[in-house]
Amino acid sequence: MASIDIANIQKSYGVHPVLHDVDLNIRDGEFVVLVGPSGCGKSTLLRMIAGLESVTAGEIRIAGKRVNELAPKDRDIAMVFQSYALYPHMSVAKNMSYSLRLRKTPKERITAVVVGAAAKLGLEPLMERRPRALSGGQRQRVAMGRAIVRQPKAFLFDEPLSNLDARLREQMRAEIKKLHKDLGATSIYVTHDQIEAMTLADRIVAMNAGVVQQVGSPLDLYDRPANLFVAGFIGSPGMNFFEGTYHGGATPLFEIEGGVHIPLDAPAPLPEGAAATLGIRPEHVVLAGHGPQTLLATVDLVEPTGFGIILHLSLGRAGFKAFTNDRSFLTASGTIPVRFPTHQLHFFDGEGRRV
Amino acid sequence: MRVKPALLTMAHRLAILAYIAFALFPLFWLLKVAVTPNDLLYSEGIRLWPSRASLEHFDFVLRHSAFPVFFRNSLIVSGSTAVVVTILASLSGYALSRFRFRGKYWLVTLMLLTQMFPLVMLVAPIFKILSPLGLTNSLTGLVIVYTAFNVPFATFLMQSFFDGIPRDLEEAAMIDGATQFVAFRQIILPLTLPGIAATLGFVFTAAWSELLFSLMLISGNEQATFPVGLLSFVSKFSVDFGQMMAAGVLALIPACLFFLLIQRYLVQGLTAGAVKG
Ligand SMILES: Nc1ncnc2c1ncn2[C@@H]1O[C@H](COP(=O)(O)OP(=O)(O)O)[C@@H](O)[C@H]1O
Ligand SMILES: [Mg+2]
Repeated sequence: MASIDIANIQKSYGVHPVLHDVDLNIRDGEFVVLVGPSGCGKSTLLRMIAGLESVTAGEIRIAGKRVNELAPKDRDIAMVFQSYALYPHMSVAKNMSYSLRLRKTPKERITAVVVGAAAKLGLEPLMERRPRALSGGQRQRVAMGRAIVRQPKAFLFDEPLSNLDARLREQMRAEIKKLHKDLGATSIYVTHDQIEAMTLADRIVAMNAGVVQQVGSPLDLYDRPANLFVAGFIGSPGMNFFEGTYHGGATPLFEIEGGVHIPLDAPAPLPEGAAATLGIRPEHVVLAGHGPQTLLATVDLVEPTGFGIILHLSLGRAGFKAFTNDRSFLTASGTIPVRFPTHQLHFFDGEGRRV
Repeated sequence: MRVKPALLTMAHRLAILAYIAFALFPLFWLLKVAVTPNDLLYSEGIRLWPSRASLEHFDFVLRHSAFPVFFRNSLIVSGSTAVVVTILASLSGYALSRFRFRGKYWLVTLMLLTQMFPLVMLVAPIFKILSPLGLTNSLTGLVIVYTAFNVPFATFLMQSFFDGIPRDLEEAAMIDGATQFVAFRQIILPLTLPGIAATLGFVFTAAWSELLFSLMLISGNEQATFPVGLLSFVSKFSVDFGQMMAAGVLALIPACLFFLLIQRYLVQGLTAGAVKG
């Protein structure tokens, strides 16, 4: 087990910068998830920690020791690849014991450790099979097994579940979380799936275009997104955004496209007349009410998901979504009253930063 | 509706059969002439099998001609060339597939360039180079020349096999604690066996049937390889077809054995890349 410090890391391929000044301290035993859209540089960062990519600038420390120049084999970390990268010509048992055999671990100890890991992952009946004779989920388990037999300083995961079907992904997600509880090992987990990030992480690192956008606990990012990117990326269905102008005074309001006024209970921390973006999560839209706070929204589409209902609504020309568990909305049509509780609103300034 | 697929299958099989017959007919004719006694060769006209078959030509070739020497020489030259080229090509093919280094583009261009010249152009210069080194009229010299000519193509062949093996595998091995070389030897090489077999087979047959350089660089029977040896059955006044064909049949044996041996890998090798590991 060890802490991992990433200090002002930069990475370029030739003249193309891929990571800009990434700064991150991961505590011993912590489960950190790097999340962001495809191509934002998550894998690159992970591979730099593993030693598979060179570091253009900055420093990486594992357990306080600089590892920039260290070969992957000397960093004592384990990695689970998206493709699993199982050795096709070795049995499951051989795959799992390869790292121990390279380290000249005594035979009895290898057997004990591999049997232990196999039991933990339910792999016992498959030990003599070759990877090609395994299902996707089983391969995934073997890849996990190969990582845990070593008891490394840290685990790195690069989208380990993205090749599994939805049901299996859910199941493996829970197993990874249990495994981390058992082993308590420092883990860095890369995914583009915000649900995986929310469910697994002690801390989430949200990235976009090679820049860290926000670091915090899952609920931090959900409740107080630092900018428009994080607000839009975390949560499904995603947060609604309205561009418009803020008007303070005795009855503060936010004027959106088409001249629609969204009344506010309390003044927002914005200057008078400022162009800004207002955000509200679909589940925070109140679908009822009367009085001056109430707006009339047009129902465009009703999407039942079984678990709840997603209503596609519009105010003037601005579309937005609302989420409800009330099945009476299955037949909603025409216009319905909606209310945006002021304490559930998020405001972002002209640069997209939270205010 | 069921008739059509059956008909198509039939047509397919027939086409393959026709092709096989076409491809194997020369070999059959080789065998036929080899077992035809001399007195029947010109007297019987054209028939598929002689009225009396005999092994007298084989007997003569094996016991009274220099053929066993040619055969041994060819085996040494082709075997050594195949092994040396395959080792060199695995290493260079791996480097081309996995490493980025300065001058790579020019190196590849240069290697392609060497494949563009007709070999005849090179006979005189090569002779000039090898002669002062004492490498003419020597099997070593032949192995060197064959190796030089086969390495570029074999390198490209091996590179394509390495390209087909996901990089993740050796990265996983390196994270598991292997050096790049150990990862190459323990993970990549075993997975490239089909490629190695294909390269060995390709180079072995190329060297086995090479005539031009063998003819030019070797004089006398002592060091002659088998394609040159075959020409010794052509004398000033006649060609001893029976003996020549018998020698030809015998020369086919090692090539056949070799391919039988590597056939399992070869089929995998030629279809590699079609399926993901
Ligand atoms: N070997 C490489 N050469 C050049 N560009 C690369 C290389 N590897 C990755 N990139 C670029 O770096 C960026 C980040 O890639 P990656 O880290 O794989 O993204 P992610 O894992 O977040 O999807 C991408 O724009 C990609 O095109
Ligand atoms: Mg990636």
